[in-house]
Amino acid sequence: MFETILAEWPRFATLANAAFLARAAATTLALSAVGVVLGSLIGVAVAVAGRTRAGWLRPVRLLARLYTELFRRVPFLVTLMLTFYLVQASGVDLPLAVVAGVTVTLIAGAYLAEIVRAGLAAVHPNQWEAAATMNFTLLQTIRLVVLPQAWPLILPPSFGFFVMFIKDTALASQIGVIELTYAARVLNNKGFSATLSFGCVLVLYFALSYPLARLGARLETRLAGPRHPRP
Amino acid sequence: MPDLVIRGLDAHYGATPVLSGLDLHVESGATVGLIGPSGSGKSTILRTILGLLPPSRGEIVLDGRRVDYAKPAEVRALRERVAVVFQQYNLFQNMTVLQNVCITPVKIRGRPRREVEDEARRLLAKVGLADKLSSYPDQLSGGQQQRVAIARALALRPEILLLDEVTAALDPELVSEVLDTIRLLAREGMTMMIVSHEMGFIREVSSRVVFMADGRKVEEGPPARIFDAPQEARTQSFVSKILRH
Repeated sequence: MFETILAEWPRFATLANAAFLARAAATTLALSAVGVVLGSLIGVAVAVAGRTRAGWLRPVRLLARLYTELFRRVPFLVTLMLTFYLVQASGVDLPLAVVAGVTVTLIAGAYLAEIVRAGLAAVHPNQWEAAATMNFTLLQTIRLVVLPQAWPLILPPSFGFFVMFIKDTALASQIGVIELTYAARVLNNKGFSATLSFGCVLVLYFALSYPLARLGARLETRLAGPRHPRP
Repeated sequence: MPDLVIRGLDAHYGATPVLSGLDLHVESGATVGLIGPSGSGKSTILRTILGLLPPSRGEIVLDGRRVDYAKPAEVRALRERVAVVFQQYNLFQNMTVLQNVCITPVKIRGRPRREVEDEARRLLAKVGLADKLSSYPDQLSGGQQQRVAIARALALRPEILLLDEVTAALDPELVSEVLDTIRLLAREGMTMMIVSHEMGFIREVSSRVVFMADGRKVEEGPPARIFDAPQEARTQSFVSKILRH
């Protein structure tokens, strides 16, 4: 195996291939970043929407519930295809990368909404009640009282999800977005061995997701590690 | 000067009635003690006044104005004037003692931080916790937490203070430190409703005692009469049981 890799390495290690892989890695990184950042924002917003009580917000609560329940139960590929064909049918000319970005955001949002919801729900009801009797609004209650106590419950599963999520952006290759997995297949088709092509991509996936896991661990000790978040 | 009148109040937890036809008057400067067996609805009265449990019938009138609990603005206005101390203290676990006391005046009511912190220090000194400002709730004993909760409620400058079994979760030797604090408030003329099982304390501190059972007011009167010469059989039996041990 190593002989073949060594034999094809000079042919593989060209500037063009390196640039190709770098672009693909950048796409994977961008998809992941979009999903993680926008997904987190959506996740928090949807979780907060689920905590509202006002009667006129009932439709919003139902929608939030439907969103999280649906998108967590549908295979990623189905969500991707659905988004892809809906965009096509609507006649809007969106780049494939954008379609993929929308899809990963929808998926990440649903998963993170559930993680955040569970975190908020785990904070003792008497904390919510105390805030209510002192006229905290819902947002003030969540920002000042509940979220600071919910971080230890929200961060570990969130970063677990992020790490899983980076590799799940490989899905975008299904609609022809040239991200890492797609790039591996292209190189493989060009005649490089699968071992080399996919092995190379494996290293790149690891390089992308490992720092994120480290960041997660850092945040956990900072926000959630010691008994109290020191101001 | 606050004046709180409760008329014909009904409340339900789901389908279970917890208060029926309750009438109660808390006039300015009064200390009304609520006693009765567990489940008699004492704490529910406080929760209903605060809008944590909306009344299903009857009315709560503050200074001659009926509070409409369906209107968030009216509930907010009431909560500006009425503060509560809970049995389980309900201190914010993510904040220090000083932060717990200051957060609402500063962040919710927009008072200047410096002024609020000075007042908070005074209040915490008054409840004997001047040296615990930067401790977190779980570093304090129950009695200390409860006194922080009282200081937090006082920092809201309430016109009426509701105390919900504030000593029920405390070790016996910690009870007195909390009761001393409440005695002080009563002497200063704070209008209070006190739910408690500390009969000796209720008798001493209350200007009026209300005995409740099964969601109803059974009897109401000056402490001496309720404890020494109750009129109703239900009250007599409760008081005699209490006095026997």
